[in-house]
Amino acid sequence: MNELPIEPRQTPIIGPGYTYASVTDKISSIVLTKKTPKGWLIGFGISFILTMMLLFAVTYLLVKGVGIWGINIPVGWGFAIINFVWWIGIGHAGTLISAILLLLRQEWRTSINRFAEAMTLFAVSCAGLYPLLHLGRPWFAYWLIPYPNTMDMWPQFRSPLVWDVFAVTTYATVSLLFWYVGLIPDLATLRDRSSTRFGRILYGILAMGWRGSAIHWHRYEVAYLLLAGLATPLVVSVHTVVSFDFAISILPGWHTTIFPPYFVAGAIYSGFAMVMVLTIPIRAAYGLQDFITMRHLQNMAKVMLATGLIVAYGYLMEIFMAWYSASSYEQFVVSNRWTGPYRVAYWALILMNVIIPQTLWFRRVRNSVLGLFLVAMSVNIGMWLERFVIVVTSLHRDFLPSSWGMYYPTVWDWATFAGTIGLFLALLFLFIRFLPMISIFEMRTLVPGTEAK
Amino acid sequence: MKTSIYGLLAEFDTPDALLNAVRQARAAGYRRMDAYTPFPVEHLAEELGFHHSRLPLLVLIGGIVGCAGGYFMQYYAAVIDYPWNVGGRPLNSWPAFIPIAFECTILAAALVAVLGMLALNGLPMPHHPLFNQPRFALASRNRFFLCIEAADGHFDREATERFLSGLKATNLSEVSNE
Repeated sequence: MNELPIEPRQTPIIGPGYTYASVTDKISSIVLTKKTPKGWLIGFGISFILTMMLLFAVTYLLVKGVGIWGINIPVGWGFAIINFVWWIGIGHAGTLISAILLLLRQEWRTSINRFAEAMTLFAVSCAGLYPLLHLGRPWFAYWLIPYPNTMDMWPQFRSPLVWDVFAVTTYATVSLLFWYVGLIPDLATLRDRSSTRFGRILYGILAMGWRGSAIHWHRYEVAYLLLAGLATPLVVSVHTVVSFDFAISILPGWHTTIFPPYFVAGAIYSGFAMVMVLTIPIRAAYGLQDFITMRHLQNMAKVMLATGLIVAYGYLMEIFMAWYSASSYEQFVVSNRWTGPYRVAYWALILMNVIIPQTLWFRRVRNSVLGLFLVAMSVNIGMWLERFVIVVTSLHRDFLPSSWGMYYPTVWDWATFAGTIGLFLALLFLFIRFLPMISIFEMRTLVPGTEAK
Repeated sequence: MKTSIYGLLAEFDTPDALLNAVRQARAAGYRRMDAYTPFPVEHLAEELGFHHSRLPLLVLIGGIVGCAGGYFMQYYAAVIDYPWNVGGRPLNSWPAFIPIAFECTILAAALVAVLGMLALNGLPMPHHPLFNQPRFALASRNRFFLCIEAADGHFDREATERFLSGLKATNLSEVSNE
């Protein structure tokens, strides 16, 4: 059947028979077509309704105050911080795929990086909402920023919460820059291929007059590589700083040195899971199986498996250190997680985050799109439960039994959470419709015969 | 002001053909020229005589300024403007100032990388004579262009056209200034 002596073991990262022109046309036509697919309208409609629900929940919060949420003493953090950490973690895959895999010369990143970067931006936007809303008086959010003021006050720079402000705003800014720089040549393509005057003007402004000059490309590649080099330590630092919010405190279960590495691994884990959950339906809906191939999905599954094992190691070390520290408070945190009132959340987390993903060891699961989708979905839920367990179980029973309490989320907590999922999806739908979701110019470099001598 | 021609535009099918054309044009003595491609082509900028970009140095300076500025902001707040003794700890508690200094480093360096790249490239530039030539739209799709500019000392309307057509260009067109 095949005359080649050695059959290539891996499927290629782009389907056969593509040229520069057909790659360009196929990806840009998704954006430039006048006909909006019906599935898009339905999906966008649902997420738009959820976004409206978010606006409603936030408005009510601004009127009434944070008392409408389930938070109280002792559990003052609740959903706001759980969801903040969850969304920030999801955002990490975008930068990882674009920056770290670029530096490691993993060519397969090309067809998923644009999409993952957009996902990062939208996830960070959702994440950023929560600490602001949780402030109690969100209209004073600008007090977090150091600026000369008549109160003669400064933010407390020794506090991890202020580090967080810097880490997350830097991350959002750098992710936006990275995404936009990657888009410039593709915006030029859309400008040149758009059939409407409005499209030409809009994409023309956004493309800033990009001409594809060789000198420009040279500086462009230098800048892109430098950005990747800068984003790589940044992405590690962001979730490290997020973990400092917990680890710098003295609460049992939080005050631990394993937090930074295990938070970073968990962030990448959940980020890849979210990329998987989103790309699987999109590649089917838009017929992009030639660009986002099984090899992409399998590679992502392997990254998930590896980071998932690091996360599992983190869970194990938490338990080990509780025993090894000989601190009765630390030991109580573990036994309270296992058998306390939130034990269901803990064991569901272990099931979804540690046990179910082990099926990725089997080639059959990695070859099945449905199987990958279900595992990725399980990881997304599992990572959310992880943050729930970390935030709630440590807070609700700390040192003095007299100050113990329970935390129950209210309907407003859930409405805000579902609302940010809606916002995230609505932004993604708009992105898919108006911008190329796959980097066109980088896909051209994957066309066979591109290697210049 | 003697001419309204911006230059002559030769079109090629493959990056290799373009690279070859650039080499020959350099050998023929042309200097004011540029190549336009739908994706970055290795060695093309070098063949055009462009070797070192100042961008890395600018980014390094941006990073150093960001780091020093970020640290100084915290130092100024904690030591000079609002010194506050908390349990006898040093006012200049540098380990706690590292995360913000680091984030400021990255932020400044990244901003310089992007804004510097755009500035050195002369972007945004809403209009350019090349956009007057309709075929140039293919530079963002699947064609590779070489433009020898009229400002070049060797440029001669007929001689340059003859030279370019000898380079196996698939298409040859004139770019006007208006």
